Amino acid sequence: MNDEVPVTVTVNGRTRQSRVEPRRLLVDFLRHDLGLTGTHIGCEQGVCGACTVLLDGRTARSCLHFAVAVDGSEIRTVEDLASLDELHPIQEMFHRKHALQCGFCTPGFLLTTVELLERTAEPDEAAIREALMNNVCRCTGYANIVDAVAEAAVELRRRNPA
Amino acid sequence: MKPAPFSFVAPESLEEVVRALAEHGDDARILAGGQSLVPLMNLRLARPEVLVSINRCHELDYIRLVDDRLVVGALVRQIDAETSLLVRAECPLLATALPHVGLPATRNRGTVCGSLAHCDPLAELPAVALALDAELVLTSAAGERRVPADAFFITEMTTCIEPGEVVAAVALARQDPSERSALHEVSNGGHAFPVGGVALRWASADGVCTMARIAAFGVGSVAQRLVDAEEALVGSDLGPAAVAAAVAAARAEVNPTGDIHADADYRRHLVGVLLERGLLEGESP
Repeated sequence: MNDEVPVTVTVNGRTRQSRVEPRRLLVDFLRHDLGLTGTHIGCEQGVCGACTVLLDGRTARSCLHFAVAVDGSEIRTVEDLASLDELHPIQEMFHRKHALQCGFCTPGFLLTTVELLERTAEPDEAAIREALMNNVCRCTGYANIVDAVAEAAVELRRRNPA
Repeated sequence: MKPAPFSFVAPESLEEVVRALAEHGDDARILAGGQSLVPLMNLRLARPEVLVSINRCHELDYIRLVDDRLVVGALVRQIDAETSLLVRAECPLLATALPHVGLPATRNRGTVCGSLAHCDPLAELPAVALALDAELVLTSAAGERRVPADAFFITEMTTCIEPGEVVAAVALARQDPSERSALHEVSNGGHAFPVGGVALRWASADGVCTMARIAAFGVGSVAQRLVDAEEALVGSDLGPAAVAAAVAAARAEVNPTGDIHADADYRRHLVGVLLERGLLEGESP
């Protein structure tokens, strides 16, 4: 039962093929097999949200999925956000608003924010806080993160008027 | 920690799923959304030899009306039931309950039927299933059987699912448009599991309560229908005396235990508070 099985997924727009043990968690597949270490791993039981990725466009805990079980899926990780010379507007606002300190939880928060702002261009504070329930931060508290998400929403609307 | 090794199969039809289950028997577990099972596997509290994924069985991804029932297939993700107009129209109690389940990211993947099969005593959906007179559709190589919710949930993490069976769907009672329903729970912050909760629905005609379904969760080893409280309401005028009688009956028929989050007396008290709150604030569909 340790036999490796083939997996094909699209990660950040690139098709990636590999062979993995069935028990290989998606987060370990991303980090160890594909070298995409921007996705962090915290609690390994779905509580903390550090490993959040977008799985077929929706936030998902990459520690609660087996790579083999998401064969054929599209995955977006934090590496998909910034270009070589420019942060994504959400990242820029996290930076400006001091929405991170140690940064360990940040990749998960960023992808939760991507999902929220793709669904809701103009979220109120309650909607922001509801979405951020996905993730735990142990450094900053959440006030600056909520501010950063609200400012990112403004910036994204400025860049992409309806 | 990482899960223990296992074999993995991902059939593309219900027929192939039950064939795989028949082959592997007690060694096999169904993988739907995995949001309850995978944490247990990561902690090695669960060590299935074989995982049978139903994620490729698109025939199980449906929400449809069949006679007097709203049937939710085994692959329906919680988020899709939560945003379904059909669910909101036919089973508003389920639509009300789903935002309380897990977190946005776990609802994106977790399924309605998976939560029922997992049978966590703190979970909302087993209580919702009891309140909605649910029938679980269990399919195996031998055929199909339908089990009422109160016979399906046995105790903590234990249902009547036999080796070789899969929950193919849950069939819920369609709520009458005149019914009211509510779900109230208390938890230690938005992230936390509930300390206790109550799901209920009721109907009245000419000022007399004609039907009541009340189910509690988090206050015992399994979600529990509160039949004495229901009896206190049916035939009453739903006035203060009837509500007080139902609250007293509810507190008398639960048997909660204490833990670090709340002691038994608090939970017993809470059931009455939440029932009263539900009856006073219940939303019309």
